[in-house]
Amino acid sequence: MDEIYDVMILGAGAAGLAAGIYSSRAKLNTLILNEGAIGGQMVLTNEIANYPGVETTNGFVVANTMKKQAKDFGCKIKSNLKIIDYNLDGSVKNVKLEDGREFNAYSVILAPGGRPRSLNIPGENDFKGTGISYCATCDGEFFTDKELIVVGGGNSALEEAVSLTKYATKVTIVHQFDRFQAFEHAIQEAKSNPKINFIMESELRGFHGNGKLNQVSIEHLPSEKRNEMKVDGVFIFAGYLPNTESLHGHIQLNDRNEIVVDADMKTNIPGVFAAGDCIAKRYRQVTTAVAEGTIAALSAAEFLRSN
Amino acid sequence: MLQTAVHELETAAELEKAIDEYENVMVCCGRMGPMCIPVYEAMEELEDERPEVKFYSMAFDSPEAGIIRNAPLCQGFMGLPFTVYYKNGKMVKATSSIQNYAQVTEILDEHLSEVIPANQ
Repeated sequence: MDEIYDVMILGAGAAGLAAGIYSSRAKLNTLILNEGAIGGQMVLTNEIANYPGVETTNGFVVANTMKKQAKDFGCKIKSNLKIIDYNLDGSVKNVKLEDGREFNAYSVILAPGGRPRSLNIPGENDFKGTGISYCATCDGEFFTDKELIVVGGGNSALEEAVSLTKYATKVTIVHQFDRFQAFEHAIQEAKSNPKINFIMESELRGFHGNGKLNQVSIEHLPSEKRNEMKVDGVFIFAGYLPNTESLHGHIQLNDRNEIVVDADMKTNIPGVFAAGDCIAKRYRQVTTAVAEGTIAALSAAEFLRSN
Repeated sequence: MLQTAVHELETAAELEKAIDEYENVMVCCGRMGPMCIPVYEAMEELEDERPEVKFYSMAFDSPEAGIIRNAPLCQGFMGLPFTVYYKNGKMVKATSSIQNYAQVTEILDEHLSEVIPANQ
């Protein structure tokens, strides 16, 4: 039989890498399998200013430091692969990859993370990079003296709308509800900015242009009335989705497709744990993901000792 | 200077030399931002898998990167990074904003792979 790892971690974001560091440092034979870029959503964070004990840095630096720590402790990391099947029941867990390889372990930590929610409306893919953006820090300056829409009502949407007023002449926040989900300080900062306007209880229905975005369709939800609006760019901050589609039928998920865990990061299957943005929780921060990865690794070690 | 393992081109002359010397060249022109880093990471992985392609990065804010910023295929781009692909010295494809490993691979397959004539 092929090698059986002590711990197999699926995902190499903040949670997966933290689990890898703790598990391999505990001398457990540890493998991380990662479908995307090392660091997950952490590398999509331009600036990390509130990680305790670390001066302001960026996600790329933190991710690469964590990767190096894990590897230095003996953790193996395999990236850019595609998992097509899971067998998580039984004493030996197994995953199959698209390229035919299989990997086995006595315990598994699921840390597939999440991804920014796209709007999935006509034109979104056509105008990515030519009017539609998901990063104000990266692309804001391309919209100097332009008019913008920001989609969303959380902290990211309101904070990025304020930052975009450095460049744009006008920023219109379009939000589906009649109130914002952001913290009060972010709401007040946006409301007091003279360049920011609000269109509430409304959603975008389409993007239009000729090689470059120049117009959007907006629907007012209560009245179902649609309007066209001229615009130079749209920044989308509409929340996150857990990367758990392939886990349907293999593990208990809630109605938001998040993995259900207890305080020890145990799932409904013995020997299978989960951590990071894939689990049911309220706060999604690098610090919380690192903490959950740590707990998952310690729980996996305890499971291995007692089984 | 970009903090990536992908070899960084510092001048337009270096880029011109690379596309003159190598048949297949991919250049990611960006910063160390959240939309750019995933592209560099995909390139790092692909360097081992695609020996027929030369992979380079270039700092978007360098005046020397005007050779990419002002390229006809990059007109209208409003998202970092600008990623460009050269075949036999000619820019054959350009993308704006984030691209993942699968998207980059698809472009390499379509534009920078070996072309086998139909009668062979």
